[in-house]
Amino acid sequence: MSEEKITPTASVGTSTQNSENGKEMGRRGFFKWLSLGWIAFAGATGGFFTVMIRFLFPNVLFEPPQTLKIGFPNDYATNTVDIRYKKSFNIWVVRDEESIFALSTVCTHLGCTPNWLRTEGKFKCPCHGSGFRMTGINFEGPAPRPLERYKVSLSNDGQILVDKTKSFKWEKGEWENSESFLVV
Amino acid sequence: MIETFKSVIDTLSAPTVSFTLLTLLTPLIFPPTDWFDKLNRKLGIWRLWTKPGLWAGMGFITFFFIVGYFDPNFNITLTKPDNFPIVLMVYSMFFFIWLGMKKAYINDDRLAEGLKPEEYNDPDDKVLVWPDLVYIEFISLILFMVFLIVWSILVAAPLEEPANPASTPNPSKAPWYFLGLQEMLVYFDPWLAGIVFPMFIIFGMMAIPYIDTNPKGDGYYSFKERRIGIFIFMYGWLILWLFLIVIGTFFRGPNWNFFGPFEYWDPHKVVPLNNVNLSEYLWVKMLSTGLPTNIMLREFMGFLVVFAYMFVFPILLAKTWLKDLFEKIGPIRYTTLMLFGLSMFSLPIKMYLRWFFNLKYIIAIPEWFFNI
Repeated sequence: MSEEKITPTASVGTSTQNSENGKEMGRRGFFKWLSLGWIAFAGATGGFFTVMIRFLFPNVLFEPPQTLKIGFPNDYATNTVDIRYKKSFNIWVVRDEESIFALSTVCTHLGCTPNWLRTEGKFKCPCHGSGFRMTGINFEGPAPRPLERYKVSLSNDGQILVDKTKSFKWEKGEWENSESFLVV
Repeated sequence: MIETFKSVIDTLSAPTVSFTLLTLLTPLIFPPTDWFDKLNRKLGIWRLWTKPGLWAGMGFITFFFIVGYFDPNFNITLTKPDNFPIVLMVYSMFFFIWLGMKKAYINDDRLAEGLKPEEYNDPDDKVLVWPDLVYIEFISLILFMVFLIVWSILVAAPLEEPANPASTPNPSKAPWYFLGLQEMLVYFDPWLAGIVFPMFIIFGMMAIPYIDTNPKGDGYYSFKERRIGIFIFMYGWLILWLFLIVIGTFFRGPNWNFFGPFEYWDPHKVVPLNNVNLSEYLWVKMLSTGLPTNIMLREFMGFLVVFAYMFVFPILLAKTWLKDLFEKIGPIRYTTLMLFGLSMFSLPIKMYLRWFFNLKYIIAIPEWFFNI
């Protein structure tokens, strides 16, 4: 009896008033709103990430083609490293005694671009001093594995075709693969 | 006279010489035991932390930089805007270490006489954070801003041609504060020197107060009360971090070869650096067979060495030389200390193995990108 007297009658926004004006939320209603909330949340984040991932696959790609014709085998002298395609295509074209192959210009240590030192006959990385022989084999500095080679083949018009989508790693024994070099 | 000085400095700055000298000097400058302390007193190295010592040190650094400024080769590296912070770093590091050590030595003497340290204040005589401390910080901030603005006006930022992925500058240097890391990368695989070790440095420093719970030297300068801790920290900080930055700035030239500071940066300098993995040493050079095709068999020696260094060695230490320490701090702290400590000392070990034995990797599994 005395409790009723203490309850303020003119208060605004207390729970008693809400329950009088609106419906009390039952168990079913709670789950309804909870599911709706989660579906909305999942939809929003899902949409966001869909758009984000779509963003990673642009409609137009402004990058050099992954396959390139680099001229005829006779254009390359024996025991030389051709650095013409270093800037545009990130490859060195090497011709040794019996074959032509395309080396990646990415250092296998941390990804800098080594320089070809003609007098020393080696590729030398300016970042941590890794050195590679003309064949691409690592022999000095911290590089743990040789430079990668790309697929080379002869196209119908007799030019050399380099395909950068396929690379050959020495440590996996892939340099034995006949696609990794071109016998001349 | 000057030419002799230059050639002496060039000879000394070869990493094998300079790194060894500094490694041997560190325990003499920051003596961790009584034996080193006696030697320190005998050789008069403690005089470095007096006023004449400060002038001598500053004088030598200034003399070195003045000679360098008028040297045609060193001038190029010294006056590069990128390298200005290194010059500041050399001066400020020497000054602040001098200041700290001078105060520590004064306090050590006071404590030996039974007096309170100089920084001691009556517990009731407190200083307020606001305004006392915050004002000091605010004024330092303003002064530093003025310095930065003046610096940025006087020294133009070295803008270069647009980036070209096909041509890397030779030598290619990281920002000066990362040159210690870059130097580490010469001796370790990127996942270790670029990811694990930087994390270990940060977590290791966070772990220091939990490993070293010695309450002495808290709130005042003191060397004697925690000399082993100061010695280890100074070795890691001065030699393995700051000196590696100095090496990276002044001693690394084209193709990441070592050059003395007064030496001409010859891009065709030929340095034999043929590096060999431990497995190749074992199988090819010692046993004269080819490398086994089984990777684990090929690298078992490396795994053995790394396992022994990281796991067997600490246990042996705990039973013998560090027995007292192990009993004092307990197994958990001891293990943490050993993990970070042995990782830290693996850097100089790996550097010497590279310099003297041309050892590339102890464990070399390029197939799995796992090299140690």
